[in-house]
Amino acid sequence: MSGVSLMKEIVEKLVKIVGAEFVSDQPEERYIYSMDPGTMPPREPDIVVIPGTSEEVRQIMILANRDEIPVVPLGAGLVLSGLSRALKGGIILDMKRMNRILEVNETSRYAVVEAGTSQGMLQAYLKKHHPNLKHSAPDAPPVATIAGNVSIHGSGHLSHAAGFHSDMLNGLEVVLPTGEVARIGSCATSPYWFSRAPLPDLAGLFLGWAGTTGVITKLAIKLYPNYKYNDVGIFVTEEAQLIPDILHRMTGTQVAEDMTTWMTPKPDWARGFLHCDINFGANTKDELIWKRNLIRASVQEYIDQKVAGFMPLPPAMKQPFLEVPARTLSRFADVRRGGGFEYVGAIMPVDLFPEAYKVGLEIADSLNVNYSLGSRIIGVNHCMMFFYAYAFNRADPADVERAQKALEETNRIVVDMGGIPWKAEAPAQKEIIRKMDPNMFDLMNRIRAVLDPKGIMNPGNWEED
Amino acid sequence: MQYEEILHRCFRCGYCKLPGNYIDFNCPAYLAFCFETYSPGGRMWLLRAWLDKKIETTDRFQEILFSCVNCGNCVEQCTFPKFKDQLLLAFMAGKEELVNAGKVPPAVRDCLTNYQHHGNPYGFARKKRHGWAEDLEVDRFSEHEYLFFPGDVGSYDSRGQEICRSVARLLKANGISFGIFGADEVSDGNEVNAMGETELFRYLAEENIKTFNASQVKKIITLSPHAYNAIKNDYLQFGGQYQVFHYAQILAPIIKQQTYKSDVPPMRVTYHDSCYLGRHNGEYWSARTILSSLPGIQFVEMDRNMQNALCCGGGGGNFFTDILGRGANNPARARIREAAETAAEVLAVACPLCAVVLEDAVKAERLDERIEVKEISEIANEILDKAN
Ligand SMILES: Cc1cc2nc3c(=O)[nH]c(=O)nc-3n(C[C@H](O)[C@H](O)[C@H](O)COP(=O)(O)OP(=O)(O)OC[C@H]3O[C@@H](n4cnc5c(N)ncnc54)[C@H](O)[C@@H]3O)c2cc1C
Ligand code: SF4
Ligand code: SF4
Repeated sequence: MSGVSLMKEIVEKLVKIVGAEFVSDQPEERYIYSMDPGTMPPREPDIVVIPGTSEEVRQIMILANRDEIPVVPLGAGLVLSGLSRALKGGIILDMKRMNRILEVNETSRYAVVEAGTSQGMLQAYLKKHHPNLKHSAPDAPPVATIAGNVSIHGSGHLSHAAGFHSDMLNGLEVVLPTGEVARIGSCATSPYWFSRAPLPDLAGLFLGWAGTTGVITKLAIKLYPNYKYNDVGIFVTEEAQLIPDILHRMTGTQVAEDMTTWMTPKPDWARGFLHCDINFGANTKDELIWKRNLIRASVQEYIDQKVAGFMPLPPAMKQPFLEVPARTLSRFADVRRGGGFEYVGAIMPVDLFPEAYKVGLEIADSLNVNYSLGSRIIGVNHCMMFFYAYAFNRADPADVERAQKALEETNRIVVDMGGIPWKAEAPAQKEIIRKMDPNMFDLMNRIRAVLDPKGIMNPGNWEED
Repeated sequence: MQYEEILHRCFRCGYCKLPGNYIDFNCPAYLAFCFETYSPGGRMWLLRAWLDKKIETTDRFQEILFSCVNCGNCVEQCTFPKFKDQLLLAFMAGKEELVNAGKVPPAVRDCLTNYQHHGNPYGFARKKRHGWAEDLEVDRFSEHEYLFFPGDVGSYDSRGQEICRSVARLLKANGISFGIFGADEVSDGNEVNAMGETELFRYLAEENIKTFNASQVKKIITLSPHAYNAIKNDYLQFGGQYQVFHYAQILAPIIKQQTYKSDVPPMRVTYHDSCYLGRHNGEYWSARTILSSLPGIQFVEMDRNMQNALCCGGGGGNFFTDILGRGANNPARARIREAAETAAEVLAVACPLCAVVLEDAVKAERLDERIEVKEISEIANEILDKAN
């Protein structure tokens, strides 16, 4: 059967599974789904499908597996590094209709959601129905999905307190490339989705793989207390080499929820300074003051030496720093009036902060790109996600290329430095593979061969040349 | 194309798909069709691709462009200041390009043809425009304080006519001096403008302005928020300058001051903001003032209200062209489900288009037993009859 008639037949079968209104092989959808807002070049899918249930996903996978059609799961497509482009054509599985919030367990603090549930929807749902609970939201725009974010080891507003978002995962329902539906975690043996322990932890088969091992259809994530009082402090220094110790001291108090740093040349007053935002909350005003004092005491030595200090912040100015997600991050895409930015998010030890910062400034300077640098602390200073964001004007190919070059250069240097690019673009994955213990890569391939014998899941990712 | 210089600036971050509280998708076209192509960001990038000749003028492309119902949610929510003010103008400019090229969906073509030949979207005779007022004693406008402008739906649609009569009755009962032009007026043209037929809009606006000016109209009360928007904001460019009011703005201060003789049974009511009163013109309070001033009303808000209200899908000409269809993801059906969740027995509206669209949705959702759509003057008349 020719490629064209095979695709026609697949479209007909998909229509039977999900209904005609949720299948498209039209040029408009193929165009829009060929790219994300980052710098990676477009790759057209043959078909876009929007399933509504796990059962529909299962039938789609059986069909795709039988005919060896690539399948690429898509959340909101906001990863920016092109991970949900159809590198080898095939089907894009747009998960947005699977957005039901299935359960919130108030006492054991978890929520079970379908994979297309967005960060914003869960946030709003909790605010309305469970105001004492919240989840750790990333600063990604609120349409980003919970599953897309957990599956790439995302991080967010509770990451200092509780780690990567994948650490907050309690369980999964996945449809395997061969069409079986598997439950992972406590939900595999119990009606409750309370944890991944004590069973063998198979969740790792679907975390960090860029959608190459299966389709997550449901997941449970941990929820946390939503404090009545919330505050932010901004600690500022001009000396990058002090940052690892400052963060070490402040995280040691274990009273904050989120700690991030940011360094930008704009606005002018911010240039040259390293800012550390400390977000914390409490049930009472007294508790809030107590926490503020603990954080301050941990870095009092630096304040006394006059090498660092807290920025005075009137209450009205605190609002943007307390906003979840922070809209200001998306606005970085407009600095060149060109609708684009992409970042390397490098997971690395906090010790590397001064070097990481220096490298960022050097790259931005040498390639003349608009930059924004910063980091988010994961755990109690256990590591950080250091970001190098570069803005570009998508109407100017030379500008896009400059940003691409800056990203490539950054990825390469990060790997050499001992960091690991997170949600890495397909070319950056190859950089990582080059450095990776060959036995780990071999094991990855063996696992993939078992789970996905026909290689249909998001092919082109986690592959050597 | 006008505004083409902003198309590439969209980041496709998707804030524009949501209301401010993020509770669900809030772009009616995206809600109805689900594909990214129908989202505000998708249509920005598609328009760019179309201008760059990467996409042809297919039927689907036309459908995508005309599925935008001009609700303004994207303008409200987009995260880029200033740029966002031009979003909807860019979408309208895209429609205008298609209109000028003669490549529009058949339903849009037929609707525009009706406007052109008959001065209304239905293709009904112009002389029937005052049919709604036949059994009422309403004067022709001469030296009245206000011109009352019923618009197309109030003039021709049977449900619209009921609402029109109810509003006129309340205005009269409260001593408001108004007259009408009946067959001498044509459509306000708001939907024509929204569909990108700017020349036809100019023609309709100029026809009305001639009529208004010949009788020295100074103040206008509109039935429809759509007409309110066009006459208040868009007629200015053609020399039509009037004090324009939506009827809720006239009635709110009057009803607020009224006293009532007897108690009336309680009625749990929620309110659906019309986009052309709310987001387009910042008028959120008049209807709420009326409702909260009436005895017996227990007012409850939906999750999406005021700036964040979900559009019923009746704008942008879709009321007449039905591009969004009637499926379960249709915004009016989603809106009715949301209204029913508040346990309100009445969904109040201040727009005849919203009333018709949402009443259909109640039937489609089989929620007739739980909730009823009522226009605010109907609620006021009903309660005032009981209370006085
Ligand atoms: C302004 C901005 C700020 C950001 N801030 C943060 C931040 O603070 N923290 C953070 O973690 N990230 C951040 N991001 C990055 C990214 O947007 C988020 O991680 C986002 O949550 C990704 O979710 P998504 O739904 O867009 O995933 P997508 O981009 O759609 O998908 C990501 C990957 O997951 C796979 N995938 C998606 N759904 C499934 C599924 N159901 N089953 C299997 N695989 C699946 C895809 O194939 C792809 O490989 C930010 C991005 C932007 C633009
Ligand atoms: S919010 Fe604005 S920039 Fe973001 S996708 Fe929507 S229109 Fe584009
Ligand atoms: S105006 Fe409304 S329907 Fe049109 S794109 Fe914006 S949000 Fe969607």
